[in-house]
Order: sequence, then structure tokens, then C-alpha cells
Amino acid sequence: MYSKMVSLRFPKSNVNEPIIANLVKKFDLTFNILKATIYPRKEGLVVMELTGHRKNYQQGVRYLKGIGIKVENIGQDIRRDDDKCYQCGACTAVCPTGALSIQRPEMAVIFEKDKCSACELCVLTCPALAMETKFDKTLLS
Amino acid sequence: MPKRKTSKTIEEINRKIKQGKAVVVTADEMTDIVKGKGAEKAAREIDVVTTGTFAPMCSSGAFINFGHTKPTLKASKVWLNGVPAYAGLAAVDIYIGATEPAEDDPLNRVHPGQFTYGGGHVIEDLVAGKKVRLKATAYGTDCYPRQEVDKKITLSELPYAMLLNPRNGYQNYNCAINMTDKTIYTYMGVLKPKAGNANYSTSGQLSPLFNDPYYLTLGLGTRIFLGGTEGYIIGPGTQHNPGAKRGKNGVPLSPAGTVMVMGDLKGMSPKWITGVRMLGYGCSLAVGLGIPIPILNEEMARYTGVSDEELFTQIIDYGNDYPKGEAVSLGRVSYADLKSGTISFKGEDVPTVPVSSRVRAVEIANILKEWIEKGKFLLTEGQEMLPTVKRK
Ligand code: SF4
Ligand code: SF4
Repeated sequence: MYSKMVSLRFPKSNVNEPIIANLVKKFDLTFNILKATIYPRKEGLVVMELTGHRKNYQQGVRYLKGIGIKVENIGQDIRRDDDKCYQCGACTAVCPTGALSIQRPEMAVIFEKDKCSACELCVLTCPALAMETKFDKTLLS
Repeated sequence: MPKRKTSKTIEEINRKIKQGKAVVVTADEMTDIVKGKGAEKAAREIDVVTTGTFAPMCSSGAFINFGHTKPTLKASKVWLNGVPAYAGLAAVDIYIGATEPAEDDPLNRVHPGQFTYGGGHVIEDLVAGKKVRLKATAYGTDCYPRQEVDKKITLSELPYAMLLNPRNGYQNYNCAINMTDKTIYTYMGVLKPKAGNANYSTSGQLSPLFNDPYYLTLGLGTRIFLGGTEGYIIGPGTQHNPGAKRGKNGVPLSPAGTVMVMGDLKGMSPKWITGVRMLGYGCSLAVGLGIPIPILNEEMARYTGVSDEELFTQIIDYGNDYPKGEAVSLGRVSYADLKSGTISFKGEDVPTVPVSSRVRAVEIANILKEWIEKGKFLLTEGQEMLPTVKRK
């Protein structure tokens, strides 16, 4: 299962297109709309979370782009729930940036947020579900 | 003055514990002590060595009696928060297994499956005091007419809840790599292609069964730390294999001994009984386990003095060999090397990845040490020792 927070900006020509219905029907994606606005000049902005198979997600985004919608990933913030993390180190197998690393000799697992690229591989991998994705809420205001 | 060989009994050690005079150290500390002073002196000075391990241990679960209902019911199918429990026991007795996924889990249909909720999580939720939804169906009998029940349960209201893990505390475990050219998702964690990482699961010199390699002090009735409270070894675990090849120090070089353990769920803490999932593999339960090893003589001092440099395991390919059921050793590594962060494998440096928590293992050994020092925890004599082999 794949889930991303995206913003869609669409020109006024598309405002009436049933894009959400198409995402659901054609690409088997589910959505959770966090914001939807039509600006005065009739340009639309939708902020939503899209969830589904990675392939379907990619095809869905391609469809959106194909009809002239600007799709952008929204800044995501990876956090570690330090109560849940039991300091095993399994996440270090997948972290591509070294944001998750082991401090020796204690074998403590360190999370350095500034090195994190928000790739979410640890979110999928952590046995304790201690790594979480948080969305940048400022975009919704 | 001629030296007398040290020989203590558990009874003598318990007397010292009650007087607050027992000398207790962790297995980490013991390693340094035996290195520095030698096993003979260490045996005289040290009474108990505490060990610890915290890692996913799949063969775990809990027996629960959820209490009779009005009218009565003899459950034939039971779900806890949507996770099936085994109900082929008496009317309201069930066993919830750690690796059972929620019934509506998509499993590996989208590979790798996420397995975000299963039996291990149910057990953790109960231990955390959370409400758990129990659903049961039954065919109905004259004495148990009711055919279904749907209610919320909490651990404190349950008449009986016993953690009973058929196999925990594996003495040694494989170091897993993946020789294929695709990432694989295993119970040993994510393994990147072409030996991209080497995963291992042990607390090494702190690990309980590494400190008593022939199980000389371990048997039915040995009191232990389990899930944050006192528990017991109740026998050899499933797959207990004392016959595995051993090194000169007597320690097995591959997976060998295991223990079956039990303890009252009501005394446990979610910090030490934690539901986990392994991506693409399934659900499990991380169990905190610590065993006190009485230093009865020089031999036990020598065993507990073992260090990561002297503990070895085998590198196994989980991409090709293991799934075929034809695991062969591709090389031997020490736990000191595994802990260093890289091992050399076929001329390449391979990063190593632990799936067992050393930080938590140290914490367990220290908690157990404190319990014994404070006289809150007495040692017990095993009534039927674990099956073993002749000593080297
Ligand atoms: S895998 Fe999860 S629990 Fe283990 S160290 Fe990483 S964040 Fe913590
Ligand atoms: S999101 Fe990616 S980069 Fe950030 S900590 Fe997790 S694995 Fe590392």
C-alpha cells in the first residue's frame, strides 16, 4: 500500500472534470481531501492524501498531469515515536541517507532529522511502527 | 593456604540474596571480571550473573479464559480485535498466537504486506490495559445454548491470562543475507540484494542461553524475567536442539537450545511485551526475557564470562538456500564483528543490521540485577533440567 499527500492545482478548464471519481474508478485509489478551494480566477487547489497500489498511484498521477493538472508532493515530515521505538536497528538496513544510524558501542539507534530525505522506507520497515509520516500542516491553512 | 574449589548451592545464594549480601553482576560486567581476574576468582566473588534479550520471538502467545457468559456459551470461533484466536479448548478458553494476522489483513497480496495488526498487537493492547473487542460464535449445546457474543474485554477483568511461549530465547541464530538480485522481506528483516546487508538477532554476550551453554542451571521451574515481571521456564522450547555443533568453549555455533516460558500477563508491561510486524513476513511479538545464572562454581563463571569475540554464528542465504530448506553456512562470523557494523563477506564489506535490541537487553539485565540485589527476586532450582549433551 502506498500513500502520498499531494496538492493539485488545476486551471479553470478542468474545474468541472470529475477527476476524483476517475481516480477512484480508473485507478482504484482512495482519497482523503484535506482542503479544496476554488480561487476567484476559477483556478482550483485540492490538497489530498492518495492511497493505493504504488503502480496505480503513479498511473493516476500521470493521468492528472496529462489533463493539465499540476501535481506536487507536499512536504512530509518523518518523526520517530520514541516510546514505541525499542532501539533494535532494523531500520538502518533501509535508510539511504544515514539519518537512522547506530551509535557504538552502546548500540543505540539515533535519528537525525536533518539528514532525513522523507523517503519513508523506515516507515514501512520498522517492526514497532515507530516511524511516522506527518504532513506539513502549514500548507493547509 | 591451599585453594579450595568454589562450590555454592542455589540455597546458599538465596540466603545471601535475602541478607542483601549477594554479589550480582550483568553478563557484560562478568565478561570483564572473568577477563581481569580469571574464572576461579570470579566464581568466589560473584553469586549471580544476569542476562537479557529483547527481540521479536514468533513462537509466543497467551492462554486466556474470558469468563462464562449469561446464558452460557461454548465458543467455537473467537476473534480478538478481529484477530482469530484458537478456540478448540474448553468453553471459554482460548489461545491467541503472536503471529496470527487480523482476519481482514490483505497479507502479502500487495507484496510486501504491512501486517500492521495481529496477535502480538492484541497481547500488547491487553497488557497496556486497552479495551479489546471479543467476538465469539458457537453452535450451541444443551448446557451452552448461546450462539454468539460480542463484548469488550480488558486484562484486569479477565479471570485468567497467561503468556505461554512455546519457544523463546534461541541460543544463537543465523546471520541472514540475500544473494539474489532482488530485495527480500523476511522474518530477519529487509534483506537487500547481492548481500547488501547482513541481519542478525541476538544480544550476544548478554543473551541468556549463551551464558549457560549446556543448560546446567536451566530447567522446569527456573524463575526468570519475562515481559517485565517474574515468569518461569517450563521446559525445553520447540526445536530445542542441544546437539548442534559447539565451539571449544561449549557454545553452539548455530541455532541450538530454546526455552518454553510462561508468566502472568497481568503483571507485564507493554514496554517488554510489544506487538511487532516484519514487513512482508507477518506479525509477531517482541518479548523481554532475562535469566539469572547462579555462579555455582568455576565452570559457570567461565561460561558467563564469554565475550562477543568468542561467540560465532553462520551466514545463511535467505534468498536462495533457506527458502528451499537447504540452508548451508556461507561463512562464520563472530558477534563482535557483527556488532562492529560491517563484516567482510566474499571480499566485500557488508553492513550489519541488528533486529534484536541491545539497549533493551542491557536494561533487562540491569533490572533483574536490581531485583536480586534488593532481595525481591529469589533464584529457583530447576526440577527437570533442559535436555543437554555431554560437555566438552
Ligand atoms: S526499526 Fe523501529 S524500533 Fe527499531 S530502531 Fe528503527 S525506529 Fe526503532
Ligand atoms: S524517511 Fe528515509 S531518509 Fe528519512 S529516516 Fe526514514 S529511511 Fe531514512
